[in-house]
Amino acid sequence: MSLLALQSVDAAPWGDPVLTDISLSLAPGEVMGLIGTNGAGKSSLLRLLAGDFAATSGSVLFAGRALESWPRQQLAQQRAFLPQLSLLNFPYTVEEVVLLGRTPHSTGLRVDQDIVRQVLRATDTLSLRNRLYTQLSGGERQRVQLARVLAQLWHPDDMRGTLLLLDEPTAALDLAHQQQLAATIAGIAVRGCAVILVVHDVNLAASVSHRLLVLDRGQAVASGSPETVLTPALFRELFHAEVLVQPHPNGRQPLVIGL
Amino acid sequence: MITNVIDRRRRAQRLLLLLAVTLPLAMLLALGTGAVHIAPSDTLAVLLGGDRGQATLIVQQIRLPRVLLAGIIGATLAMSGAAMQGLFRNPLADPSLIGVTAGASLGASVLIVAGGSSLSGLAGLSLVSLGAFAGGVLAVLLVYRLASSENGTSVATMLLAGIAITALAGAAGSLLEFFTDNERLRQISLWKMGGLDGANLPRLLLASVVAGAVLLALPQYALPLNTLLLGESEARHLGIPVNRTKLALIAWVAVGVGTSVALVGTIAFVGLVVPHIVRLLIGPDHRTLLPASALAGAILLVCADALSRIVLAPTELPVGIITALIGVPFFISLLRQRHQYGMQT
Repeated sequence: MSLLALQSVDAAPWGDPVLTDISLSLAPGEVMGLIGTNGAGKSSLLRLLAGDFAATSGSVLFAGRALESWPRQQLAQQRAFLPQLSLLNFPYTVEEVVLLGRTPHSTGLRVDQDIVRQVLRATDTLSLRNRLYTQLSGGERQRVQLARVLAQLWHPDDMRGTLLLLDEPTAALDLAHQQQLAATIAGIAVRGCAVILVVHDVNLAASVSHRLLVLDRGQAVASGSPETVLTPALFRELFHAEVLVQPHPNGRQPLVIGL
Repeated sequence: MITNVIDRRRRAQRLLLLLAVTLPLAMLLALGTGAVHIAPSDTLAVLLGGDRGQATLIVQQIRLPRVLLAGIIGATLAMSGAAMQGLFRNPLADPSLIGVTAGASLGASVLIVAGGSSLSGLAGLSLVSLGAFAGGVLAVLLVYRLASSENGTSVATMLLAGIAITALAGAAGSLLEFFTDNERLRQISLWKMGGLDGANLPRLLLASVVAGAVLLALPQYALPLNTLLLGESEARHLGIPVNRTKLALIAWVAVGVGTSVALVGTIAFVGLVVPHIVRLLIGPDHRTLLPASALAGAILLVCADALSRIVLAPTELPVGIITALIGVPFFISLLRQRHQYGMQT
């Protein structure tokens, strides 16, 4: 059964439509990359799934149940969202920020601290944990926020039934941490967590995603495995860019080279 | 600055304990302070039911209601300030931002000009106090309505609406002052400076009930406030009913600050400075920030009131002057070293 199912969803939270006729389904453990030009509706789709606004028509089912009919705390235990921008400007320590991710759970400080240690390790922020969040660099903050949303869903073995939404999680990350993020995503996907992420680097998107969904002006224009979706024709039509698509030397994914 | 979570929580517990011990001591000293000095041992004896002649009368009838009122009001203002700073995600927010203080001032001015100060009101409260309370709550309602739409309430709009309503109420108040006579003008300006000299048993009872409810209610929102610092959407994604939380916080703060302004006038800086200082010491976790701010606010106002009675004895200074005189230099020195504490604002 699919964890997430959208059926002809339209959304127009501020009057003009931002999403038109979107249908998709996502299985537990599946990773879907959203790509598209700026303003194509990628973040809007994530925010719709995060519950920031409702669909004007169509249906959004999460684990077989309409998204808006979920009790909020239960939903928060199973769905987490990392926004593009963080507004936090109070001097929490890193560990306190990540502990906030455990708010929907009542598992007690000892369990929470254990989980926090695991997600800090997964995001390479363990050494930062006693630092003040306000004194971190942009990339460090992004990793701490990532650790926070991971802590919200984290389970060492079984993460089936959970959905992680990531809006440009790599924007401020250096290469090593981008690769670490890809490994972390693969790790939680194996344990059953479904992931939808927006990434502008198409090669990174292709390497972490089982499936890509291409959005253009609020509509889904292509969907499928990275091999089928990433074609020179797509880049010409969508991004007005000439690219070369080659098999990646690692043999697992296509490699897009800008010309 | 390196801070371990457990260490930070221990430090917060220690500060709470220290404040909880300091408050009764400050109150004991304040009871002995004034035009007639009473030794702490005598004060204690009176409190325990002993008879010390004139001292008994002064402590029981005059100073005890006053010191207790100062403690309750100081606690309410400081805790309300901490809650507002969390809600607005701004460590420099102040309870007056939502218009309550300006509304209350206008309410009081209207009744003073209308001649209400000569009439007695309900249960030991003057009509002016009732007018202030009504004005404060009305102003907050207006600000809240202005900032609310079908998409919920925007705290950014509320901030701006609060500034607008404050300006409007200030203008209306100035207009009243412009056209009124000298005696009433002086009444208005004395009222605005604030003072605890009107403390009596009925007022104390009222303050205990209303402010007590506020002091018990606000800490229930400590965890939602902790998540709100991340941002409203983030709090919602963590399962917090954000709009309900906002409404509840605004309502409790309006009632708490409205009551305190009605009873003792506007007292500057307690709501702004105290939570700010406490946060610098123990961090922004509202589970300890709210109670610690309340205790520290109580201590500050009890001490400021005691000072206001002796600086120019037998004349009393309005306590709002003292809190501002203590608060402002302290605050400015903190602002100058704020980066040391990780404050970015």
